Amino acid sequence: MTRRTPWGLLLIAVALAVPALGSRFYTFLANDVLIWALFATSLNLLVGYTGLVSFGHAAYFGIGAYTTGILMKKFGLSFLLAFPAAGVLAGGFALVFGFFCVRLTRIYFAMLTLAFAQIVWAICFKWNEVTGGEQGMPEIPYPSLDWMGRLPLLGSLRTSDHFYLVSVVLVTVCLWLLRRVVGSPFGRMLTTIRENAERAEFIGVNVRRYELAAFVLAGAFAGLAGGLFGIFNRGVFPDFAYWTKSSEVLIMTLLGGMGTFYGPALGALVLILLNQQIVSYTEYWPFVLGTILIVLLFVFPGGLAGALGTAARRLRRAT
Amino acid sequence: MPDPSFIFAQSVSGLTAAMFLFLIASGLSLIFGVLRVLNFAHGTFYMLGAYAAFQFMVWLGPGRGRFWLAALGAAAAVALLGGLVERLLFRRLYGAEELYQLLFTYALVLVLGDAAKMIWGTQQKSVSAPPELGGKALSLFGATIPYYNLFIILLGPVIALAFWLTLQRTRAGRFIRAAALDRETLGALGVNVDALYTWVFVLASFLGGLGGALISPMRATTPGMDTEIIVEAFVVVVIGGLGSFWGTFFGALIYGQVLSFGILFFPRFSIFAVFALMAAVLIVRPWGLLGRPLK
Repeated sequence: MTRRTPWGLLLIAVALAVPALGSRFYTFLANDVLIWALFATSLNLLVGYTGLVSFGHAAYFGIGAYTTGILMKKFGLSFLLAFPAAGVLAGGFALVFGFFCVRLTRIYFAMLTLAFAQIVWAICFKWNEVTGGEQGMPEIPYPSLDWMGRLPLLGSLRTSDHFYLVSVVLVTVCLWLLRRVVGSPFGRMLTTIRENAERAEFIGVNVRRYELAAFVLAGAFAGLAGGLFGIFNRGVFPDFAYWTKSSEVLIMTLLGGMGTFYGPALGALVLILLNQQIVSYTEYWPFVLGTILIVLLFVFPGGLAGALGTAARRLRRAT
Repeated sequence: MPDPSFIFAQSVSGLTAAMFLFLIASGLSLIFGVLRVLNFAHGTFYMLGAYAAFQFMVWLGPGRGRFWLAALGAAAAVALLGGLVERLLFRRLYGAEELYQLLFTYALVLVLGDAAKMIWGTQQKSVSAPPELGGKALSLFGATIPYYNLFIILLGPVIALAFWLTLQRTRAGRFIRAAALDRETLGALGVNVDALYTWVFVLASFLGGLGGALISPMRATTPGMDTEIIVEAFVVVVIGGLGSFWGTFFGALIYGQVLSFGILFFPRFSIFAVFALMAAVLIVRPWGLLGRPLK
């Protein structure tokens, strides 16, 4: 019996080792990737596993970011409370919005998620007293992580490195939870609904309730990603909830491959690294991104994970 | 209570906005009605129309009637681009999943939007109104309405009527309506549906480009106007009913009034009101006020 390589643990070890490189920039990039990986994976629960194409997933990311940001900056609340609050509030909004959305199908579902996301955006954009309006909310404080400085090995690291390590742990836990959700009987039922909602209905499944549960979970995890992102970004801005953000995360999910659990995270990694490379050559990143997307749609509709899987299978057959 | 002339002026400005939105949303609705695709790139075609109008004005130099030439030229250029995109790329995705089609149109938003930035830069461009209409205004019930706005308010219904007559009375229009209902049967009857789809795209892009060209004297042309207008156009077609012709017209009228009176009564939440209206319509009547439920 061959033991499986513990890829997950190796990956976590690599992620935790990034600050040891000593480069502020690498840690920054890695943190960015982590948060977007969580955001894209949460969307995949809806799009990939349940077959619901949401065009407004940024709403919950934005709600989470504002929740954590406002609680920490204006109320001086501890991160320990402000971070879970992002998930709870985003999940709560997802429950209310999702209640209406899951009643609609296909294009109407997509349009209603978009409408709700735009409502969230409009509120963030205009409600100056609470959200800072168009200017957003700069200078979100870091959580107080002084205790980490007293630990062995970590003392020489910067605050941003400490926050990165916290992100690694939190994102790992979130991804693990999502993985459990997907593998559970509940997750299997979501896949059944994606494949054939009518048949699921016939065997007595309350399809809407399952879809709503998926919507709430996806919203809550997007909110947690948003909560981390606001701190990481040192500020929260209305465009976190704008519809183009929803498209960006959808592209990541598609690029990585919607059919697989880790595909969207891979998509986040590739897209962010690519972005870093390309912006040093040209300011026209959207042009490059659009071109990549077109090639992807025509050549690799299964995304990167799909293409890698096919290549691996071919290799195995050849040997 | 604001005085009546102010309310009148406000509703006229809402009407002007509505006519522009109708021009843009009608193309979006047409493509959705026939191809069942929401074309995110439609807003980009509108922006390109505005830039193209600016470019043609520069090339044409001073002279009489150059604005009208530039506007028509811009709309034609955008129509050509729309036709090319459909022919070369989009048609390969007709069998694909809805999500892929949506993302393809979004990829166009990214590529064409950035291409516009490469060509025209990020500085805003403005086009002067045609001298026949520019600088003059009509006083009506105490409100001042620039001639150009008046022209737009009159042009909207004219285009709506012409469009509607084309759909109802001409052979091509009948084919378009038939394609919306049942593409396969239409093909089996010997109609070249492929070509028809291209023409639908061309016509829709023409309307989007024309909208952009005509708005260029009123609002400065800047990058980003594409992603802004497309969500507004979505609101309009959703309120009126996706794929419904007159629904789009009334959707635009409602949108224009909600926006201009929303600004009056709740200055800060008028955008909110518009999207709330969109959500409310989707919840209560997903197929819109004048649309019919999809099969």
